[in-house]
This record gives sequence, C-alpha cells and structure tokens, in this order.
Amino acid sequence: MATPTLEKEDAKPEAGFADSPYITVTFRIRRFNPEVSADAVWEDFQMEIDPKERVLDGLHKIKWEQDGTLTFRRSCAHGICGSDAMRINGKNRLACKTLIKDINPSKPITVEPIKGLTVLKDLVVDMDPFFQAYRDVMPFLVTTGNEPTRERLQSAEDRERFDDTTKCILCAACTSSCPVFWNDGQYFGPAAIVNAHRFIFDSRDEAGEQRLEILNDKDGVWRCRTTFNCTDACPRGIEVTKAIQEVKRALITRRF
Amino acid sequence: MSSDTTLDKSGTSGVGPVEGARLYDVDNPAPVIEPPRKRTTKTPRSTRGNFEMAAWLFMRLSGVVLVVLVLGHLLIQLVLDGGVSKIGFAFVAGRWASPFWQVWDLLMLWLAMLHGANGLRTVINDYAERPNTRLWLKGLLYTATVFTILLGTLVIFTFDPNIR
Ligand code: HEM
Ligand code: SF4
Ligand code: FES
Repeated sequence: MATPTLEKEDAKPEAGFADSPYITVTFRIRRFNPEVSADAVWEDFQMEIDPKERVLDGLHKIKWEQDGTLTFRRSCAHGICGSDAMRINGKNRLACKTLIKDINPSKPITVEPIKGLTVLKDLVVDMDPFFQAYRDVMPFLVTTGNEPTRERLQSAEDRERFDDTTKCILCAACTSSCPVFWNDGQYFGPAAIVNAHRFIFDSRDEAGEQRLEILNDKDGVWRCRTTFNCTDACPRGIEVTKAIQEVKRALITRRF
Repeated sequence: MSSDTTLDKSGTSGVGPVEGARLYDVDNPAPVIEPPRKRTTKTPRSTRGNFEMAAWLFMRLSGVVLVVLVLGHLLIQLVLDGGVSKIGFAFVAGRWASPFWQVWDLLMLWLAMLHGANGLRTVINDYAERPNTRLWLKGLLYTATVFTILLGTLVIFTFDPNIR
C-alpha cells in the first residue's frame, strides 16, 4: 500500500491540464435584426465554458454576459417544450439537448435559425406556417356516437401501434430539415404527417380516412423523397421517415 | 425599403455614411427573411384525386421493369458480341425484324420517357419557385416528352429495313 504522501503526489494534475474544467469555445451565430439591417451576418462570441454544458447554456452566457440583444426561443430547457430547435453545426437539434463536448468545440460552433421558415430576428422564426400544417391534419380525436361514461379502452397492442408518434413535441426540427419543405412550404412536412399518423393508427379514432385524404393531395405524403433528414433531426428519436412510409402504405392498401 | 438614395446601401452593416444614421430602425424595419413559397394560411383543398399516388407508384413499378429493360439493353448493345462496334443499320434492322425486340424497345421507350418526365416534373415542382417558371418549364418538358414518345413509336412501327 502506498504511503499517503506518495498518493497525494500521484493525484497532482499535470501542468496545464485539468486545472479547470473550462475550455474556450467560439459560438458563430447567424444574426439578423431587421431594425438594424436587411442582411443576416455571422457574429463570433468567445467564452470559457464547461464542455459538459449544453449549447443552450452557451447562448444564455452570451445573452446574459455579452450581448443582451441575442434573441432565441427556449422555455423548459429540458427537451420537452420544443421551443429551441436550431441549426447547430449544420444539423437541426435542440440547443437544450446538445452537449458542447459532443459537437467538436475545438472549431467554432455555428448556430443558425431552422430553415424554410421566415426569420424574424436572430434565431427566432415564424412558426405559424408550421402549426397551420399541423392544424390541417386534424390533430384531435374524432369519434361518432354517444360519449362513453368511462375512458375509451384500448388494448396494449393497439396502443403500441402508434406509440412512436405520440412522442412528438412539435419542435419543427424534422420539417425544417426537409429539402422539399425548404423549397416549397406548401408541403405538409414530416411533423404534420407524424401527428396525422398518431391518430390514423389509433384504434379509438374514426377520422383516419379523412386525414388520409388530406395527405393524399399534391402537397401531402407523395412529395416525400425519403431523404431521412427528418429521422436524423428528431430529438425524440421518432422514426419519422418510417411513419411517413406507413401513411403511404395505408393510402395504397387502405388498411390501417 | 428606404428610397433615400444618398445613403450607402452597399455595406452589410446597414449604417449609412453619416455616423449613426441608419438605413433601418424600429419604425422602419427591413423586410424579414422569407423562404420561397411560404405556406398559405388556408387549408389546401383536395385537387387532383389520386394522381400523385399514381405517379408515385408508377415511378417504383416502372423503375423495377426498367432495371431489366435498360440493363438488358445496355448488355446487348454495348457488351455482348463485339460491343459498340457491331452496332449499325444492319444490326438494328436485324433486331427489329423480331416482334420481341420491337415490344422490348417500345416498352423501354414509353416507360423510360414517362418515368424520366415524371421525375423531372418532381424536380421542377421542387426547385422552380415562380409559378410562371414552373408553367413554362413543365410545358417544355411535356412537349419534348410527347414529341419523343410519338416519334420513337412511329419509327418502331414503320421501320423499313429496305429503305434507301
Ligand atoms: C434502371 C432502373 C431505374 C430505377 C429502378 C429507377 C427508380 C426510380 C425511383 C424509385 C425514382 C423516384 C425517387 C423518389 O421519388 O424518391 C426515380 C426518380 C427518377 N428517375 Fe428513375 N429509375 C430507373 C431508371 C431511370 C431512367 C432510365 C431515367 C431517365 C430516363 C430515370 C430518370 C429519373 C428521374 C429524372 C427521376 C427524378 C429524380 C428525383 O426524384 O430526384 N430513371 N427513379
Ligand atoms: S417528429 Fe421529432 S423533430 Fe419532428 S416536430 Fe416532432 S419531435 Fe420535433
Ligand atoms: S427549451 Fe424546451 S425543448 Fe429545449
């Protein structure tokens, strides 16, 4: 057994290493302020930050300590509300679920607003068209007949059928990662299809046929080109492309 | 946008030559950055029935058939029996003497043309932003497609090996 003094010497950190958990990180942020300029520009911010912190913490540091005009959305900060989807190092992610150490902090970390939606200021986009597409697939239970006095029962297997698509938090990461949506906002987009899927395959719902008809139109599921960007982008790990394919199959076979 | 031409608009800062004189401010903001073809607030009405589904299915079914037709075609024309050097009037005449190759080529013509045309229709729908550009590009595409299909069909059916 080693003597206490030796052990102490062993535990001494190497010079210049691990004295502090902080590293220097550059955030390269796409700034746009229509009250100042018509053009969006990149702006760099440097900070000392623990790499185990999240991109959202970095944005907070900038807003609270360096530049209070930096504008972005966030609410829960825990991956539940879906407000802070942004394009980080070229990929759509939630700033509150992305650790700095996981995205190569030795290079500047680029942060941009999600694509395909009107940029209002800095990282804030107009989400109305996104939610309009969501509303258009009737994302609510539709039934006929008398309301039961108890809850509507469903077998575990029936519930399992659409379990994956119930996890959506409407962050728009998928829809704004889709190249078809970038070029034509009339396309319903993955998120609307995911939320239609959630009801189409629910055994308690009776408007599946109606929703399928909505998605059968020229801006519906047939515009999907199976690029899988949406599946890669989803912070909830939903198999978005698979859900879209299941809707296509249901349209062809009319079995769901 | 401001109509004041004395301000320098070339810079990206939006700050004019006079210190502090901005091109845009709170009361006069710049236009926001809009994506092409933003979604309208109206719920789109059902328009063309099952056409998009038929087109989608056709791409896959014709693709499967084209694998056989096109690969077989390339094999016969370019690889087997001396490669390209054998192709000539006599070679074509010899093949089209058989109804089997007539049907093969006719099917390949129609499927590849319709498949390629529908593929390009998708590309135009995706990338042409202005409705007029789309209209003209698609008009051009359909014209070229119909012309090529009709001409090809005519040649296959009226081919005369004794022409001089
Ligand atoms: C050899 C067998 C072929 C197969 C299996 C095949 C399959 C496909 C499929 C499945 C698509 C749809 C892609 C999508 O919507 O996501 C497609 C698109 C397309 N195909 Fe083919 N195809 C074949 C041959 C051809 C030929 C011979 C042509 C040209 C005449 C052609 C031109 C196109 C074009 C222009 C597109 C649209 C490209 C795009 O959607 O980005 N294909 N093909
Ligand atoms: S499917 Fe995933 S990426 Fe798309 S809106 Fe829902 S949670 Fe976000
Ligand atoms: S802040 Fe709520 S999901 Fe990130």
